[in-house]
Amino acid sequence: MKQPIEMNINGEPHTTIVDTRTTLLDTLRYKLGFMGPKEGCGNGNCGACTVVLNGSVVNACLVFAVEAAGADVTTVEGVAAEGNLHPVQQAFIEHGGLQCGFCTPGFIMSAKALLERNPNPSEQEIRLAISGNLCRCTGYDKIVRSIQAASQALSQHA
Amino acid sequence: MAEYSVIGTSLAKVDAPERVTGKAVYGADLDLPGMLWAKLVRSPYAHARIKKIDTSKAKALPGVKAVITANDLPHLPKGATAPLVGEVSIDMSAIREIVMASDKARYHGQVVAAVAATDPFIAEEAAGLVEVLPVVEDVLQAMQPGTALVHEDLHTLEEATQEKSDQPSNIATHMVYTRGDVEAGFKEADVLIEKTYTTQMVHQGYLEPQACAARVEPSGKVTLWTSAQGHFTVRTQLVTLLGLPANQLNVIPMEIGGGFGGKALALFEPTAIVLAQKTSRPVKLVVSREEVLRATGPGAPAVITVKAGAKKDGKLTAISTTMRYDAGAFPGSPVSRGLLVGLAPYKLDNMLAEGFDVLTNKPRVQAYRAPGGTPAAFAVESLMDALAEEIGVDPLEFRQKNAAEEGDTLPLGMPLNRIGLTEMLGEIQKHSCWTTPLEGANRGRGLALGYWIGGSFTSSAEIKINPDATASIFVGTVDLTGTRTTILQMVADELQLDPTEITITVGDTDTAPFADLSGGSRITYTMSAAAHQASHDVLSQLRVRAAEKLKVSVDDVEYKQKRFWAKDDTQNEVSLADLARESVAWGSGPIIGKGSTTRMQPAHSYAAHVADVEIDPDTGKATILRYTCFQDVGKAINPMQVEGQIQGGAVQGIGWALNEEYIFDNGELKNASLLDYRCPVALDLPMIETVLTEVPASEGPYGLRGVGEVPIVPPGAALANAIYRATGKRLYELPMNPERVFWAIHGNGPNGTNGSGTNGSGRS
Amino acid sequence: MHAFDYAAPQSLQEAVALLSEANGEARPLAGGTDLVTQMKENRRSLSLVVDIKRISELNVLSYTGSGLHIGAAVSCTKIASFDPASDHYPALAEACALVGSYQIQNRAGLGGNFCNAAPSADAVPPALSYGAALLLEGPNGRRELPAEYLFTGPGQTVLEKGEILVEIILPVPPPNSGAAYLRFIPREEMDIAVAGVGSFVQLSPDKQTCEQARITLAAVAPTPLRAKEAEAFLAGKTLDVTTIAQAGELAAQAASPISDVRGSATYRIELVKVLTRRTLTRALERTRG
Repeated sequence: MKQPIEMNINGEPHTTIVDTRTTLLDTLRYKLGFMGPKEGCGNGNCGACTVVLNGSVVNACLVFAVEAAGADVTTVEGVAAEGNLHPVQQAFIEHGGLQCGFCTPGFIMSAKALLERNPNPSEQEIRLAISGNLCRCTGYDKIVRSIQAASQALSQHA
Repeated sequence: MAEYSVIGTSLAKVDAPERVTGKAVYGADLDLPGMLWAKLVRSPYAHARIKKIDTSKAKALPGVKAVITANDLPHLPKGATAPLVGEVSIDMSAIREIVMASDKARYHGQVVAAVAATDPFIAEEAAGLVEVLPVVEDVLQAMQPGTALVHEDLHTLEEATQEKSDQPSNIATHMVYTRGDVEAGFKEADVLIEKTYTTQMVHQGYLEPQACAARVEPSGKVTLWTSAQGHFTVRTQLVTLLGLPANQLNVIPMEIGGGFGGKALALFEPTAIVLAQKTSRPVKLVVSREEVLRATGPGAPAVITVKAGAKKDGKLTAISTTMRYDAGAFPGSPVSRGLLVGLAPYKLDNMLAEGFDVLTNKPRVQAYRAPGGTPAAFAVESLMDALAEEIGVDPLEFRQKNAAEEGDTLPLGMPLNRIGLTEMLGEIQKHSCWTTPLEGANRGRGLALGYWIGGSFTSSAEIKINPDATASIFVGTVDLTGTRTTILQMVADELQLDPTEITITVGDTDTAPFADLSGGSRITYTMSAAAHQASHDVLSQLRVRAAEKLKVSVDDVEYKQKRFWAKDDTQNEVSLADLARESVAWGSGPIIGKGSTTRMQPAHSYAAHVADVEIDPDTGKATILRYTCFQDVGKAINPMQVEGQIQGGAVQGIGWALNEEYIFDNGELKNASLLDYRCPVALDLPMIETVLTEVPASEGPYGLRGVGEVPIVPPGAALANAIYRATGKRLYELPMNPERVFWAIHGNGPNGTNGSGTNGSGRS
Repeated sequence: MHAFDYAAPQSLQEAVALLSEANGEARPLAGGTDLVTQMKENRRSLSLVVDIKRISELNVLSYTGSGLHIGAAVSCTKIASFDPASDHYPALAEACALVGSYQIQNRAGLGGNFCNAAPSADAVPPALSYGAALLLEGPNGRRELPAEYLFTGPGQTVLEKGEILVEIILPVPPPNSGAAYLRFIPREEMDIAVAGVGSFVQLSPDKQTCEQARITLAAVAPTPLRAKEAEAFLAGKTLDVTTIAQAGELAAQAASPISDVRGSATYRIELVKVLTRRTLTRALERTRG
């Protein structure tokens, strides 16, 4: 069953026709070309597909595109404003918070959402906030440190 | 030693901006015009003879463009091989069976057919008529005579004599290495301990499921995009498997979402190519997470017996081990690596090391970070801890008394060149993770060692000096771990350029210089030689041109900071900028430096981990309080990346130690999801401290050692030894999940489970 | 995944009509974190999916004189961060923050946790311990059901064709009461409970004895389960260490777990004892404010 849907993605309107079975993730990737969110498991267990849907981070692999009709969606492609990297992205680069990079778009989204609701998280709060994002390369150490550094950078700008 | 300004600094990954913005292109991100989606059809039985595969229903489905079975792959004579790395070759007739089974499905989830369709939702249908056979699941059961045979025509190879057994068997290879007199050594010992240890099948757990895409160009040439760890290695396999000449196949490496050894072989690419050839359309094949776990090739499980004796003064007198590694359905477990890694930290005057490569109805194992090392070290390092305790010697002191040194011979026969094991053990002795007493109930500290031989094989680099005096590096080595950055750092120092004046590209097989696959901690090590050579090739060519300009002999040309001058007349100079600009204007043409290496001595790496744990005695759950990794890295080209490698490897080892395992029921994997295959999450872990020892390796321009593999080796035993000190109970089976620890403490578990069983924790 | 029709009605009546008139199996869709996975894995084949998130009555979250009203489409994140929930029903708020990851909690809700009827659902035991009732609306009208009577088996409920869960109502907790929920998982996050226990205790006005206790077990029976013998045992008793330990033993007797990839039956029974002790102790602490 196909349905037309409209979404606001990274601040710009997009219209497409989707099969009701198509997830938000596959729609973003294969219909609209936003390849930043990744599919690592397809079942909400790894967080590589994390996007912001109407203000909340969600697993895009567990949302049907038709559910997101009329929604505001932010993907990792929409995080760097006008080409300037977000402090979270900058911190991941400088503090080695990524290796293969496949999980990174999801971590950037989770980390940014954390710092928006809690600008000065403790180490345990950071670890809890990213526990829905699996990383197999870093052992999380440098991801946690990157988020700590981003928290400091953001509070200095504030 | 030379002074460096870029080597030894934590330069940010040169490709990081693409990755934090979602712009890096991985295999599944490819979207080619007219592309079809491939889906694989897999055996629902772990052991079954294929009588017939009926593809007619699938072919009749609208949108299905092709359905293939093993009959559609080119014929390959049994035993046909392709070179893998160096002198090691791989049985391509076995790979063909893993790509698509022809006569028999030998594990649950083995591919039996493939479909290409216009839409990922068009379901594949391939009803099979099959005859189900008894399943062989357990490695010890597989070794028993009379057990069902995974391969009816396979006979045991006796490695020493190269003779084959008379009767077919599930033991593919048997090997024995001896030194000194083990029995005499055991007689000499004051204390003798023998134990058997079991580990389960585990998965590499890379976040990116395998992906590839193939397109047949109008000329008939094939373009292949792949997530494999070595695109030249894939090309070599495809040349044999599909009969394509190498120049008719261009393999383009995509960014890779982790491999850890699990993406070395061409298991999906042949299917994509054959479907593209059949349909004349591009075909993309992306496997699901369930397929990744079920059938891409996990890390090998093992049953390992170790016996060792020591004198009261702490000297080891003899050690013997029998290691039985489960290869899955086709030969090739890393058992010989297990023998090597387990015993390599020790002086071995009297030694017996016996290995079995055993077949079962499980997916064929693939490499997983320090292949074979983690089970072996779990066994040997647990036993060494018990032995030290029994004779009343501190576990660190026991290791120091028996540590291997330069000149000692490794278990499989190679002499050790310069190593830093003793220096590293000295670092532990003065570190707070070891000297600070661990207080509190139910807490314990454990120490274990690890070893990895370090890979060699072929690596190459080309460096072009651009007309504006910037430089471009071109390599054929896939970047899994940050090697673009470390190679660039080395070239920056050799050419005395700023890192921002250099770019590095991993090229495809048509354009890049040849390289073996990325793995085995070999890339930064071998590329240090290749990049150094290429840099100095560039500088030699520039010196010749400078000498002509300066009208002095080449030997009299000095270079520093982008300027060449005459040794005796510093005013007589020419800039790199001038030479670069002129190189394409007239004269000798562009400057292209080349470097390569095919065979370097191993750069042995040793590691030691110290773990503090607390056990909840009511549930058996372990919490890691502190975790410190010591490692001799030779020279850290990029300390931040070295630390990242160590932390990542240690955490994979921690996952293996505490929670990760394949749970089978009659050959079928019961936990084929990232929900129930439990990789560590951030909240499971503390910060992972790293202490780098830098004892230069014997070969290579900077003395560096590969660092990626060894951190996964010690965690099993480090945590087992810590859990013992926290609970008073030794565990003999990985993973030491809460239930196993609980029954070890409380006894009377289901099915006699007490932490030392060999068949899971009473699970069904 | 099999093809299906999708509707996102604005009114409850429309949703009930769509679900009751559907050919083949139809399901309401709220957060979808269970349903989408089941459909992807072909464990559930639907002809119609009715998205109920646009129905205003199902998005209610309020605390009134009659208690806490949680619309069936309200996410776990909203419940966990709703002050009256964390002030008066801390065991529920904490459990909502345990359901999967942060991303999952932003989609999954208590309504779905009930209707999916998994024996391991984390937010259900505390709701049952607080004495939750369910407001249901179906083709034959509206009814209220004590929440523990919803379940008939794993994934099975008494909901009739076309019947929708509208809201979950938790009565105002009586004075001198407290509750706690704990689950055991091998990792620190992301796992399905191997076993879970929610405990509620109400003390006498002098706070010396237990007037009433409710103990609800998760993942150790085909449905979430009240340990009634343990509850009856505690009534009138002083909650000391020995009594609490005896309650743990009795609660374990109510459990009838299976062995699966998450743990053996015998281990789960041991965990029930531990978690009952720990949740009763924590609930008792909470009665003291």
